[in-house]
Amino acid sequence: MNFVTETVAWLIDPANWVGAGGIPTRLVQHLLFTLVTLVLAAVIAVPIGFLIGHTGRGRGLAVATSGAFRAIPTLGLLTLVALWVGIGLNAPYVALTVLAIPPILAGAYTGFEAIDRKIIDAARAVGMSEAQIVLKVELPLGLPLLIGGLRSATLQVVATATLAAYVADFGLGRYLFEGLRIRDYGEMLGGSILVILLAIVLEGVFALAQKLVVPRGVTAGLPTDIRDGSSRSRPAMESTIKEGTSHVRNE
Amino acid sequence: MFAMNRGRLTLIGVVAVGAVVALAGCASGDPLAEPASSAGGSTIVVGSQAYYSNEIIAEIYSQALEAGGFTVDRQFQIGQREVYLPDIEAGKIDVFPEYTGDLLQALDKTAAGGTSDETYEQLQAALPDNLRVLDQAGASDQNSWTVTADFATKYNLTDIASLINVSVPITVGGNSELETRPYGPTALKEKYGIQTAGFKPVEDGGGPLTVKALEDGDIQLANIYTASPAFESGNLVVLEDPDALFLPSNVVPVVSDKIDDAAAAILNKVSAALTEDTLVQLNSQSVNDELSADKIATAWLTKEKLI
Amino acid sequence: MTWIWSNLDLIWDRTFDHLILSVPSIILSFVIALPFGALAHRYRTSRAVILTTVGLLYAIPSLPLFIVLPFIVGTSIRSPLNLIIALTLYGVALMVRVVADGLGSVDRDVQQSATAVGFSGWTSFWQVELPLAGPVLLAGLRVVAVSTVSLATVGAVIGAQSLGSLFTDGFQRGIQAEIIAGTLATVLLALVLDAILVLIGRLLMPWTRRSAIGVRVRPDTVAQEVTA
Repeated sequence: MNFVTETVAWLIDPANWVGAGGIPTRLVQHLLFTLVTLVLAAVIAVPIGFLIGHTGRGRGLAVATSGAFRAIPTLGLLTLVALWVGIGLNAPYVALTVLAIPPILAGAYTGFEAIDRKIIDAARAVGMSEAQIVLKVELPLGLPLLIGGLRSATLQVVATATLAAYVADFGLGRYLFEGLRIRDYGEMLGGSILVILLAIVLEGVFALAQKLVVPRGVTAGLPTDIRDGSSRSRPAMESTIKEGTSHVRNE
Repeated sequence: MFAMNRGRLTLIGVVAVGAVVALAGCASGDPLAEPASSAGGSTIVVGSQAYYSNEIIAEIYSQALEAGGFTVDRQFQIGQREVYLPDIEAGKIDVFPEYTGDLLQALDKTAAGGTSDETYEQLQAALPDNLRVLDQAGASDQNSWTVTADFATKYNLTDIASLINVSVPITVGGNSELETRPYGPTALKEKYGIQTAGFKPVEDGGGPLTVKALEDGDIQLANIYTASPAFESGNLVVLEDPDALFLPSNVVPVVSDKIDDAAAAILNKVSAALTEDTLVQLNSQSVNDELSADKIATAWLTKEKLI
Repeated sequence: MTWIWSNLDLIWDRTFDHLILSVPSIILSFVIALPFGALAHRYRTSRAVILTTVGLLYAIPSLPLFIVLPFIVGTSIRSPLNLIIALTLYGVALMVRVVADGLGSVDRDVQQSATAVGFSGWTSFWQVELPLAGPVLLAGLRVVAVSTVSLATVGAVIGAQSLGSLFTDGFQRGIQAEIIAGTLATVLLALVLDAILVLIGRLLMPWTRRSAIGVRVRPDTVAQEVTA
């Protein structure tokens, strides 16, 4: 297992921690790329998801479309778009945004759907407008599942963003490709470990956020301990798995 | 009712497990998995890189061998050198089209190189005992420093050293390993004092996207293989390399002990016919006419009366 | 698009290569995830340990895993077996959580009824809990199938033949039709496998056609199924 020592040696080599190709720079690039991709995907997916969740219309279409989206191989989309738009980050942004849309979309509408209809009816009965219902009732109650969707999307994008280095001088993927090509497994594995660490940190952040955003006194839709309920039906739980706010890897 | 379900469950379980076993068996029995060096003495395993031009050459060798009465097992598109080299060294592949200088540098990082014949001789010495190279072809497909014709005219560029005339920042593009190769940006700086402004990886082996990046001005200097059909357009200029920064990389088949004199004679005859211009034309048929490797190979071998 | 018509045999060959990589991985993921998921479901401590482990597993980028795995398990780097193992790991990572959640979604009253009518823990698991978790498991397996098919393409970067080879080859040659064909074939293959899973689900769980998919099976229906 000499690549373990090679990997450690690569990780602690001070020369790898400085400059434009250094670990801090690449880490920040990777993180920024992930965040921008998530924002792009969220800007597209969240409004659509809310619309579907609020009106209950177009759900079948959304499920089918996200299913097909999820099957699109990122490498294929990346190379195809790159041939059109050239090198740089444009192609990776397109490919990775497509990757991130399905889980966020599913998180958005399942979040709304998980809400007990009686609560919506009650809100309507006390005279809330549709906008108020969305903003003051559905959004806060659906937030935990939406964040769950964002969380899955983040994990996928962080791991898959390594492919951006296929066509751009960008991110931790550079270490993977370069290490692969020059048979420097220390560099390649060191780069992978950094990706994994970044993923773990982001997971932690989201786990925390998911706990924090639950309105006080509300537990519905919180996908934590699922063993305590007895006869309560849990549509939120099921649809989470069915429409896949569960983690999907899809490079 | 459940009893029935259970029966069905068992049945489907058995079928599923059977399918796994069958497919797994299929997988490990697949020639790709464990190359068939032990299977059948008369089958010759021909491999190729995951590079279309290399696949065409491998296909040409395969068809020529088949015409000579040999049975060929094609294992094409098996990655880059780092993936297939261990398999060649282990004798699992009998014929593999290679490039003299590139392979020499992969085997011996400190190799001096020199003229194409000198490089060929050094390669013979560097190969492990169970492998040898047959005659090298006239065709070569080597690394180069390439710029656009406009850029060359503007800064009066002829050879690599003349890059010093360029007054704008030079961004370099190519496969990611280029950055650390002995002829990479560092060599430009140390040998010619040419300071490059950055490196942009494009993992297409000097393919269309690299060319596009040059034309778009995203990069100014690229490593493009000299047999690339991109040169047919006349929009690209290879900078001359009088100091032999790049090793000559002629096409050469690396073969195992299994290749007897009859097979070697066939391969040598093919290599002798494979000139520089030929390789560019064959590559062009693949990239521009989108023809498959076997069609290109058959047409060329027929034309050259080799089959 | 003429490229597609004149290369149908190539596309077909790559589709077959792709099947050899993905189908065993999908089945193995399910088989392996079952015991781990059950264990994660049963005890709180094992749940924490197992779910954290599979979560970490999932964060490993695929490309280096494809390359490192041969050193660990001793396969050839371009062996399909290498990719099958890697894809199975990702499938397991996804599926264990689903199994745990699926078993957790089974109504506790039903479990207690099963115990009351004399089922042992073992038979109750196979004959009551697992079938009732079926719809959730199926939903999870469908996600595994689609993502495995999609992920298998990345192996092309290291030279493992699959539909992904059409991306790398098309990328080098600048043939967009080849990349499009590879992408479409991958999506189609994923959807076909997904449809097959749905069919198997209907065959195995005929009751889901009557009630809505999910765990909203009425306890009395289950009682009938159990006693029949």
